[in-house]
Amino acid sequence: MYAIEAKGLLKQFDGFRAVDGVDLKIPAGSIFGILGPNGAGKTTMLRTLLGIIDPDAGTRTLLGADRPILQSRNVGYLPEERGLYQSMRAVDTIAFMGALRGLSLREGERKGRALLEEAGLGYAADRQIRQLSKGMAQTVQLMGTIVHDPKLIVLDEPFSGLDALNQAKLEKMIRAQAAKGVTVIFSTHVIAHAERLCERIAIIARGKISFDGLVSEARDRLRPQVHLETETLDGPWRSALPAQAKAEGHHWHFTLPETGVEPLLTALVKGKAGIRSLSIERPGLHDAFVAIAGEDVAAEMDDAATGDTK
Amino acid sequence: MREIFRAAFVIARRDFTAIVYSKAFIFFLLGPLLPVLVGFAGSNLGEQMARDVSRPSVAVALTAADSDKLLAARASLSKTFGDGYFADMKIVGDATAKQIRPQDYLRKKADNYSVVVTGTLTNPIITGTARSIERQRADIELLAGYASSGGSLQLPNATPDVVAESANNDKQLRTVTAQIGQVLIFALTTLLAGMVLSNLVEEKSNKIIEILAASIPMESVFLGKLVAMLAMALVGITMWSIIGLIGFMAIDPDLPSIPTPAVGWPIFAGLCFTYFVMAYLMFGALFLGIGAMASTVREVQTISTPVTMAQMVNFFFAAYALTKTGEPIEIFAAVFPFSSPFAMIGRAALEPTLWHHGVAIIGQLLFALLLLRLGVYLFKKNVMKSGNAGRVKDGSQRKLWGLVKISR
Repeated sequence: MYAIEAKGLLKQFDGFRAVDGVDLKIPAGSIFGILGPNGAGKTTMLRTLLGIIDPDAGTRTLLGADRPILQSRNVGYLPEERGLYQSMRAVDTIAFMGALRGLSLREGERKGRALLEEAGLGYAADRQIRQLSKGMAQTVQLMGTIVHDPKLIVLDEPFSGLDALNQAKLEKMIRAQAAKGVTVIFSTHVIAHAERLCERIAIIARGKISFDGLVSEARDRLRPQVHLETETLDGPWRSALPAQAKAEGHHWHFTLPETGVEPLLTALVKGKAGIRSLSIERPGLHDAFVAIAGEDVAAEMDDAATGDTK
Repeated sequence: MREIFRAAFVIARRDFTAIVYSKAFIFFLLGPLLPVLVGFAGSNLGEQMARDVSRPSVAVALTAADSDKLLAARASLSKTFGDGYFADMKIVGDATAKQIRPQDYLRKKADNYSVVVTGTLTNPIITGTARSIERQRADIELLAGYASSGGSLQLPNATPDVVAESANNDKQLRTVTAQIGQVLIFALTTLLAGMVLSNLVEEKSNKIIEILAASIPMESVFLGKLVAMLAMALVGITMWSIIGLIGFMAIDPDLPSIPTPAVGWPIFAGLCFTYFVMAYLMFGALFLGIGAMASTVREVQTISTPVTMAQMVNFFFAAYALTKTGEPIEIFAAVFPFSSPFAMIGRAALEPTLWHHGVAIIGQLLFALLLLRLGVYLFKKNVMKSGNAGRVKDGSQRKLWGLVKISR
């Protein structure tokens, strides 16, 4: 069962392909991250998937519906560009957002107050949005996104503009929703968030999906890295090391051969390498991202992430 | 369809509450009253000034006896004609005896004489400009005749039998009713359509539009906004009507008589409201489409100015066609959707046929819905670009709707 399925999705503006032939399947009940640098097409892809804009070509289904608006009551969406009515009270804002998704105003207000209490913001329920801090206003908008208990939550760059404390709270909320069986999709240009939260990711660059699968699958695309320290500098054991192994004195760094750990260890022991230390590191998602998307795209991501944390 | 109306209600409720509870709403209510007050004060002031400054007076330069008789005749006939009917008269002495030329009196700026009467009561000579003589001649002849006859002029006391209208000038009078209807619809439509546009642009700048677009059909957003403004207009109309009625009652309890329209007052009032709603829906939908596609206030101004001008041309076209009932130009004005409400309210005032209105209202409603759908289509097709999408390479210009280049 897929929360979202897209095939050949294309969206262009004045000849510029913002989304370029995207095929995507997002399983229901998972936390799914969409990774890509700024301008990669993440927002346009999400807007197209949610039916805010129509694709120029291709098909998409959202919770089984060809017309995403038909599933509106089961979807919560937090756009990248946050916006609220400044003169509206916090609790009314949540109730209004719930009402848009089919909740009655009374029920929305009741649940809104409960959510605000839960987030420690009960005291601000009757304050106007303009009287709240930016972080509090973002929290109110997030509450409005989940007040109607959606089956699918889509968050576009949700961590952007949040301090470390609020980022941690948001991660907790995402996990809590996922634990209830809700599908959570979020876009980000910060790989660490995706690595901590997601089971599955899609990597998008220049409108195209270059990877779609489990985080572990992305990481498995790279062979583990071996870091070895030996007593001897030469001997018969050297033939067990790959030709690309980098030497720094008694330290050796190389990719684990496809034959695996055991033949390597055997060769080192039999060849009397004198193993001082040996570590085998599984590549991180960042390494996988560099390998999949390319170094230039990764550099753009890093620049954006650095800018975001400034 | 049910969901569209439900969601539209959510939007309408929010917008209506937000507007009615805002301080700006007071200005909206006071807005149309201010020109009325200014106009009222201005007209009173103008009237007073006209009375004080420009009121012509007549220099009476007859013999002393004739002058006294002439003024006595003026005083006597003023009881019949009213105090302000005759121009003020001032005895300046016998010009012949003093050997003063009549035109010398006219040269004195301080006296402000429009004409000078010399000669005798049986043969008065009026000196003045042609225009002044034309104005005063009949009055002076009447007064001189009355004075020379020794006040024997007997005027019959006619019995007034007032009717609201007469058959020979029905059309002419009803045209006034039609014009009033057209102006009311135009003024309200222009005011509200502009407000809808501002409202949507504000939401775009608040970034709220994306939340709305993701949650409910855009048709509901547009419809909700139109309904909210319409409801607000009804509050305004009710208040303006009450204030206007109280004002009229206070100033003159006899309400001004407006010629009865051909379809009768109840139907005309209903049609007036319906055509106002139709015109508002059409122009509102058009402005919403513009507002949805433009991303800055500057863009909105750039595009809405020619549309507003076109709106005025459209109004003047319908007003012109009013006098051409049944002619091709009037039929075109009645059929062309944007001018149809104005032309049809004109017809309601002038012609008693009703079925035309049914056809016109259905046509206008369908066209309004078409415009609404077109706005939604263009919004979905071209709006919500993020990042650098959709921008031309030099960065100084942006394409709007993929057709028009807008300079940044």
